Amino acid sequence: MDTRQHHNLGDVVLRVEGVHKTYGDNHVLRGVSLQMRRGETKVVIGPSGTGKSTLLRCINQLTVPDQGRVWLGDCEITSRKEDINCARAQIGFVFQSFNLFTHLTALHNVRIAPMKVSRMTKAEATKLAMTELERVGLADKAEAYPAELSGGQQQRVSIARALAMSPKLILFDEPTSALDPELIGEVLEVMVSLAKEGMTMLVVSHEMGFARAVADEIIFMEGGGILEQGPPEQLFRNPEHARTGEFLNKITELYGE
Amino acid sequence: MSTIWQSLELLITRGLPMTLLLTLGLLGTGLLLGFPLAFLQVYGYRPVRWLCRGYEQLFRGVPALVLILIFHSGLSRTFDILLPAFASALLALGLRSSAYQSQIFRGAIQSVGEGQMLAARSVGMSKTQAIRHIILPQAFRLSIPPWTNEFSSVLKDTSLASAIGVLELMKQTTLIFTRIQFIHGAQWILVILMLAALIYWALTYLGNVGLSFLESRMRIPGFETKGQVER
Repeated sequence: MDTRQHHNLGDVVLRVEGVHKTYGDNHVLRGVSLQMRRGETKVVIGPSGTGKSTLLRCINQLTVPDQGRVWLGDCEITSRKEDINCARAQIGFVFQSFNLFTHLTALHNVRIAPMKVSRMTKAEATKLAMTELERVGLADKAEAYPAELSGGQQQRVSIARALAMSPKLILFDEPTSALDPELIGEVLEVMVSLAKEGMTMLVVSHEMGFARAVADEIIFMEGGGILEQGPPEQLFRNPEHARTGEFLNKITELYGE
Repeated sequence: MSTIWQSLELLITRGLPMTLLLTLGLLGTGLLLGFPLAFLQVYGYRPVRWLCRGYEQLFRGVPALVLILIFHSGLSRTFDILLPAFASALLALGLRSSAYQSQIFRGAIQSVGEGQMLAARSVGMSKTQAIRHIILPQAFRLSIPPWTNEFSSVLKDTSLASAIGVLELMKQTTLIFTRIQFIHGAQWILVILMLAALIYWALTYLGNVGLSFLESRMRIPGFETKGQVER
């Protein structure tokens, strides 16, 4: 039933070492290091303003870190020599506010990167896009524009858009926090099934039900650094720091199990 | 009555073609220069941005008639560069329109949310690809409504070219009424001017009908510029 142990045997997909980021006087990230193996799901939690989103953006270089290195497999993507567009194409990113391309239908949203970045033919890309839309349960909405979809549907299309590039890992930046409560479930369901299929996922989210169901580790960030990380049960039952337990209790109360 | 028809015919055959040509030329020049100017103002390096901004402020800050006279009389008298009247008008008003159009496009580009660029880059597009496939098509749609304004004013600004003798609608109008008032009386000045006004009005109207047709053809859910309130 629980396949989590088995995942730990995978190769290292992502390595982050000593990442710092400062905005003016605000030292947002103070030396964050972490590692993801193939097939792992890790959930990042922590109070707001603690640098969780900045960390995700520093990983795929949408924000360039001031210091520190990021490796994708054997490639150091923080190196100037590395083609960042090529590296980003292998890292999916799911935004809090979906950011679907407003002028394109769901189908076109999913197939544009395979066409323009991976240089697939239109027919191949369309076929792939339909497969990915089916995977998130939205094949029937292929012709709909983002404005015609609910928030939950938009987020599922954006997950399909990320999947279409066959990414080595997907970064989720609070994927459900802009959604109405009744729409959160459909997005989490898709994410759970991805995790079970062995997708490597780094998820910033306070959905503890999701974390307990599929996360190999919870990473607790505070003050721009990682305070504690470990398997969900360990952090819930026996946290090293009182602060971790306190925070977990608070968000469990707020978001439920 | 036949005088009116004759005048109208003369205006349409000997004035209108040049007005249309000039309008298309100006909009074309303005579009060709305005679009890149707008992109450089938003995405260019700082010195380039300043340069574009300076250009735009200069051409928006000087009256059209002054520009026309600079390009025609000014250049020819001082530097011995003698441009044909049509070329002077095209250059002066075209550069001016490019400055105005650059602001229309800049506004449109900037109203495409920053999340669109982030998302495009996150799937591996280069900045150029993101601009071309994601930002541009959206900015284009957003710029049609304000662009109809520029069309209307450029069309009517062509009448200023009559000041340097370009034989367009306005020049033809003055030619007709200066002659006709000696034959039929001074009250005809108003009649001929009204005919010219009618032609300008009709052109503006038709142009705007065409543009709103384009706008509705390109309409996409989520790009509505009108709020839909039923009562």
